[in-house]
Amino acid sequence: MPYVLKIGFRYLTANPGQSALLIFGVALGVLAFIFMSALIGGLNTMITENMLGNSSHITIEAPEDRVRALLPGGPAVHLLSQQELTEGSILRTADAFEPVIAAVPGVVVTSQVISGSGFLIQGGSTAPVSITGVSAAKVSEITDIAADLIAGSTDISGSNILVGSRLADDLRLSVGKAVPLRSSTGAERVMTVAGIFDLGMGPGGGSAVWLSLANARSLLGMSQGVSRIETQIADVNIADAVADIIRARTGLKVTPWTESNANIQDALDAQAQTGYIVRAFALIIVVIGVASAMMLSTYRRRPEIGIMRAMGASQRFVVAVFLSQGMLIGLLGGVLGAALGFLLVLPYPAVDNYTPGTLPIDIRQGSYALAVLLTTLGAVLASILPARAAAAVDPVQAIGQ
Amino acid sequence: MTALVEVRGLVKTFGEGETVTRVLKGLTVTLRVGEMAALLGASGSGKSTLLSILGTLMRPTAGEHLMLDVDMTVADDAALTAFRNRHIGFVFQFHNLLPDFTALENVIFPTAVQTGRETDGMRQRGRDLLARVGLADRIDFRVPNLSGGQKQRVAVARALMNQPELVLADEPTGNLDSAAAAQVMELIAEINRDAGTTFLISTHDSRIAERCQRQISIRDGVATG
Ligand SMILES: Nc1ncnc2c1ncn2[C@@H]1O[C@H](COP(=O)(O)OP(=O)(O)OP(=O)(O)O)[C@@H](O)[C@H]1O
Ligand SMILES: [Mg+2]
Repeated sequence: MPYVLKIGFRYLTANPGQSALLIFGVALGVLAFIFMSALIGGLNTMITENMLGNSSHITIEAPEDRVRALLPGGPAVHLLSQQELTEGSILRTADAFEPVIAAVPGVVVTSQVISGSGFLIQGGSTAPVSITGVSAAKVSEITDIAADLIAGSTDISGSNILVGSRLADDLRLSVGKAVPLRSSTGAERVMTVAGIFDLGMGPGGGSAVWLSLANARSLLGMSQGVSRIETQIADVNIADAVADIIRARTGLKVTPWTESNANIQDALDAQAQTGYIVRAFALIIVVIGVASAMMLSTYRRRPEIGIMRAMGASQRFVVAVFLSQGMLIGLLGGVLGAALGFLLVLPYPAVDNYTPGTLPIDIRQGSYALAVLLTTLGAVLASILPARAAAAVDPVQAIGQ
Repeated sequence: MTALVEVRGLVKTFGEGETVTRVLKGLTVTLRVGEMAALLGASGSGKSTLLSILGTLMRPTAGEHLMLDVDMTVADDAALTAFRNRHIGFVFQFHNLLPDFTALENVIFPTAVQTGRETDGMRQRGRDLLARVGLADRIDFRVPNLSGGQKQRVAVARALMNQPELVLADEPTGNLDSAAAAQVMELIAEINRDAGTTFLISTHDSRIAERCQRQISIRDGVATG
């Protein structure tokens, strides 16, 4: 063991009660740091999972200018192009693009979607609806309809449709009921209600009609292509980076959730900043505590410092002794605090099973190593001034005291 | 005999203006290799001040200070620290040992601080020195568990650790009863005789002064003897 470390350690063990109290104080600061990390991380996970779990993380559409560019001139075509633009651009070669997108690292699910609007007609009343066409095999891939099903099944084969619960209530629809669906283009078909779902606060949940891609295609008059490709990715926090890759590989219009749901991103940012501030305060308190303890310690040891200097200890050696003492305080307090922090967040249920009334704490996001590292660094920094003051002690005066 | 330490025209004043204290006023003295000298003088005459300057712990206001032909007045703090580590040992009256360390750890400090490590070789030399001062059975005692006389003998052993040419002792027996004081002086005399280490010992005790070959007195800021 280096000699300075031995002396620093000896100074700690020389006053065990005092050192234990100091280390415990540091540990409490680290505990607060870890608790905040786990809480902010857990909140982040909960919000992103709740808000983004049922929606597209990255949405790929045709670039609008390119649609125009691809269309030859002429009044008739111009009219068509206008109509297309109001309905949203058509991604004509979705089948070619989908495997390219699915191959981008991080992308977990891709799903082709045709969307538009229309009316459900029941008795005398009509209700405006959003029409969402997805592949029958992927009906629950992006939006987990199966999990939110109230009645019936998620089978959208044939003329089956799934309707939102509010729509079902308004039009008194039940599973098995036949109901005409008219699209905005005027096409109309009688569909059969196969399932009723409730997406809660999810986007357009209440007035949505879900059906197969083929039915959506014919109702909305979209002879080829789809409206967009929706994806979900493994880590929603890197959506922007994944979106950049998809954009580079496809040249299409790629919108990550951070743009389409900028309000969520803002809320997460504000929350993260709160976390940084609280953790910074925890660290500052640790630093102030260590600094004042080190000032007392070096002041009390002035006679010894004088003796060490007389025996030929350089000023650098004296500085190193007290820096090592501070480092040990930070390290021991950090490790103890990390252990206590882990024990504190251990009883909380996993964020995935979050139940209202508790805190959404994620034990995996406690930043334990970071807490120990920053605390150790902070304690060393806190010791610099006291250590320099100690090294500047006049040995004659100190020994004469 | 060759000169080990030479000071000429040494001046030391404390403070400025109205409160100025002139302690040394052109003091000249030479210590020769192998000498054992007593430093006498009334309280406040400047004995501790002279020892601090000779020990490179304090800089004189003016005058020459040579040791081993090295000019001490021009060296910087790091050079003085290294010099004193190798060539000068100290025994003080109070605050002599590091209280949180054992006798052995105190003795080997001057060597360990030089290399940044404690080695078995150092520990062996430390044990030998403690045996030499009659403390073979107190090697691993912590300082608070040693008597006053034992502490001073540990301090003597530590002063010898790096085999210095000069040991400066400021009232080393001032805190001890006469039996313990005699023991420490006996030890110093033996070391002086056997190893040829030069000692300068400040004291108020005439019996201790008589044990030394030479008596240097400070009066009115100058030395005689
Ligand atoms: N740092 C200082 N500032 C001001 N005056 C000082 C300082 N150090 C010593 N003195 C003064 O210098 C004079 C000599 O002090 P010193 O300690 O050398 O005397 P001494 O001979 O060792 O006395 P004693 O026998 O009591 O130990 C005293 O008058 C003391 O007050
Ligand atoms: Mg004195």
